[in-house]
Amino acid sequence: MTQWETVIGLETHAQLNTRSKIFSAAATAFGAEPNSQACAVDIALPGVLPVLNRGAVERAIRFGLAVGGNIASRSVFARKNYFYPDLPKGYQISQYEAPVISGGSLAVAVGEREITVRLTRAHLEEDAGKSLHEDFHGKSGIDLNRAGTPLLEIVTEPDLRSAQEAVAYAKALHALVRWIDICDGNMQEGSFRCDANVSVRPAGSAALGTRCEIKNLNSFRFMERAIEFEARRQIEVLEDGGRIVQETRLYDAQKDETRPMRSKEEAHDYRYFPDPDLLPLAISEEWIERVRGEMPELPGAMRERFTRQYSAAPAEAAALTATRETARYFEAAVGAVGDPAAARVCANWIAGELAARLNRENLDIGAAPVSPEQLAGLVRRIADGTISGKIAKEVFDALWNGEAADADACIEAKGLRQISDSGAIGRFVDEVIAADPESVAEFRAGRQKALNALVGRVMKVSGGKANPQQVAELLRARLAG
Amino acid sequence: MSRDALLDGGLAALSAALASRRISSVELTAAYLGRIERENPRLNAFITVDPDRSLAQARAADERIARGEGGVLTGIPVAHKDIFCTRGWPTTCGSRMLANFVSPYDAHVIERFDAAGCVILGKTNMDEFAMGSSSETSFFGPVRNPWDTGRVPGGSSGGSAAAVAAGLAPAATGTDTGGSIRQPAALCGVSGLKPTYGVVSRYGMIAFASSLDQGGPMARLAADCAWLLNAMAGHDARDSTSLDRPPEDYARDLDKPLAGLRVGLPREFFAEGLDGDVARAVEAALGEIRRLGASTVEVSLPNMALSVPAYYVIAPAEASSNLSRFDGVRYGYRAPHYADLAELYGKSRAQGFGAEVRRRILIGTYVLSHGYYDAYYLQAQRIRRLIAADFAAALANCDVLMGPTSPTTAFALGDRAGDPVQMYLSDIYTIAVNLAGLPAMSIPCGLGANGCPVGLHIIGDYFGEARILNVAHRYQQATDWHTRLPGGAQ
Repeated sequence: MTQWETVIGLETHAQLNTRSKIFSAAATAFGAEPNSQACAVDIALPGVLPVLNRGAVERAIRFGLAVGGNIASRSVFARKNYFYPDLPKGYQISQYEAPVISGGSLAVAVGEREITVRLTRAHLEEDAGKSLHEDFHGKSGIDLNRAGTPLLEIVTEPDLRSAQEAVAYAKALHALVRWIDICDGNMQEGSFRCDANVSVRPAGSAALGTRCEIKNLNSFRFMERAIEFEARRQIEVLEDGGRIVQETRLYDAQKDETRPMRSKEEAHDYRYFPDPDLLPLAISEEWIERVRGEMPELPGAMRERFTRQYSAAPAEAAALTATRETARYFEAAVGAVGDPAAARVCANWIAGELAARLNRENLDIGAAPVSPEQLAGLVRRIADGTISGKIAKEVFDALWNGEAADADACIEAKGLRQISDSGAIGRFVDEVIAADPESVAEFRAGRQKALNALVGRVMKVSGGKANPQQVAELLRARLAG
Repeated sequence: MSRDALLDGGLAALSAALASRRISSVELTAAYLGRIERENPRLNAFITVDPDRSLAQARAADERIARGEGGVLTGIPVAHKDIFCTRGWPTTCGSRMLANFVSPYDAHVIERFDAAGCVILGKTNMDEFAMGSSSETSFFGPVRNPWDTGRVPGGSSGGSAAAVAAGLAPAATGTDTGGSIRQPAALCGVSGLKPTYGVVSRYGMIAFASSLDQGGPMARLAADCAWLLNAMAGHDARDSTSLDRPPEDYARDLDKPLAGLRVGLPREFFAEGLDGDVARAVEAALGEIRRLGASTVEVSLPNMALSVPAYYVIAPAEASSNLSRFDGVRYGYRAPHYADLAELYGKSRAQGFGAEVRRRILIGTYVLSHGYYDAYYLQAQRIRRLIAADFAAALANCDVLMGPTSPTTAFALGDRAGDPVQMYLSDIYTIAVNLAGLPAMSIPCGLGANGCPVGLHIIGDYFGEARILNVAHRYQQATDWHTRLPGGAQ
């Protein structure tokens, strides 16, 4: 039986987070009353003209720098002509033959592997409005608030070989556009939308199979399922001796299947030509350098630095650089501890307890009730032995719930200071030895496990405050006697 | 000076009369409105006249003059081609598509005239969407030439040209994509200037072919055009192709002597196809120019013959896209009956646009189509660069170029309506100038055997408006063709 290989390329529309539209001064905020954010240019009154928003260009430059792409010194806006009621001018202003960014790549972790996904291009364009098909008694409504919203369309080479790789790339890209602050990444609001070009070919074949474009992938989960369905569908067609027809297909999440869009909707000749209302977009070296100077450290570079500077494990470094806010939190905490050796403890807390709590309560790290400074105070007390890891969780909870201003205040108020006084610990040990002759006998009979049970009982009696190492040492000394 | 002589005497006389309070803007406006009421039924030069609005503006202008805050144009009525969006006024572009469209905003040009204190005298008739050379394609009926109402006034700014020629307006605006200011100016015996591309903002000027369209003034005298251009020109951030240059006074060189002026005569302007009448009038004008101290030298624009075919690829291509917004969805004409979206588009556009507009949309759609783009659109762009290079070479050793504006005088109504190619050849001398983006002007320089005016075409280098106006003004000081009035106008 033939082994099949899936080949995928993604096209992503990232909505750029400028305050005004790409060719008009109207606002881009999401969720306003229909048509309240559409000015004369957006509704395409006779005689109006587009004026390019340089903020959108600046964001494209930032993206180009982040992926190591070529930033064109001269790129051209073109008109893509087609009729649709939510496209007021009857054409979309986009870039066709001369995009603002070409080339570049993105390193993507897929499980333990890392793949490099090459980018074909990224170009600027305007979004269309929205057709509203409900609530108009047999008519359609048009909302032009979104018309003219700036988009960066990011296109990959066909470098992805599975739905998992495609999703990993999409997630990495999603993280990157938020990291460099060009897109809010809100998928529900449509700020980050992906289409997938999917084809299959016999494993080992160099030629690409006929592809289908899958639209309507508005979550990572749907993307994975849609690509898997589509690849399966194509393989079945080919194994039955059929041929794949190049077409655009829509993913139906409810039925978990892709189906062809009506051919009428895609039989377009867009008649691209350079938009005579806009001059070619010139980007000077000075402009690029100024943007470069304002770029944040990128996630890849930061991962490498964390590994070097804090001896973070690769997975840890990846977790700490999942978002710019996480990385910022981590470095703020490490800085506040003041001891680089404590970095890994900070990392463990951020990737462990903090991440779990944020996840449970559906909060962003920026909104965490425990500040990096508070976490640093906690880590400092773990490092100097004032509290054990177990007590630390209690302190963390107290800080999360706002019961104390910092770890020290909490430790004092609740009397959680670890007991390291051997006299006091000795009294707990004696008490437990007297109360649990069975475990004592088992230990003496050579069962090491019994020691753990005894340590546990001592800890319990001490209210968790005894230093566990000291407890074990004292128990051993007493029982050996 | 009699009232009629004042009304027909040019802007300087009007401006002086207004400033000295010998006449008020209200009186002046009312006088032109009276002429419009009498003559427009015969000429059909105006699509919309709104005396109440105009007179209200005139009153405001009079108050401004009374406060001593008037400028040279304050109180002067100006007729605007119905391609300029004018707040509160119907702005139809000569089309059924926009017959019911009242603009909610002012074009930059309208704002500028408003700031200068001018009165809007009305909106003038034009070829539908500026597509034509005879002003016959208007949904509102053809404009007639005041010199002979059996003849066309030229186009597409035929309403503005006829209004100025017949004395219904002392000044008017036009737009010129392939000759639409200069050719009607020539056929109606008035002065009209197409500035360098980018000098006048296109904001609010309904687009025909964006890379060629340019607004400009039309008036009886070249000096009037200088004053009007001073008001119209200037950078506008809302038009990305508007040039950001320091303001200039286009009237500054009007009186400069022409001694030493070098005039290039493109051989191709005097070749086959030029009417004998027109050739004779232009030759006589060149003689006058030489008498004024200029020298003439033959030059060549070897790619001139390609300008009409290149234009009829580029202009329709841009138009096919520019006119897509007229879809019956948000404003403008919508067909009364349709079964679905495709029919809504198809019927609204088939019924809303006239035959010439539909023809150009089809041509433009065709030349941009997959498989034809390279053969037509890209080739035409190459020709465009060759033509610009031809002009650069010709102007390297000349200050201006001269020739006829149009190969014939006004032709009879309906004569060329059935033959688009004949019609397109009316612009054979003007189109190349738009392709190159140069400034050029037409001024009256004689009458043909049929008693209709002949236009002299003066082409300058980029930003050479002041020079062109200087040449035109000196010529008008030495001749009286610009003072001739059509017999039927009084």
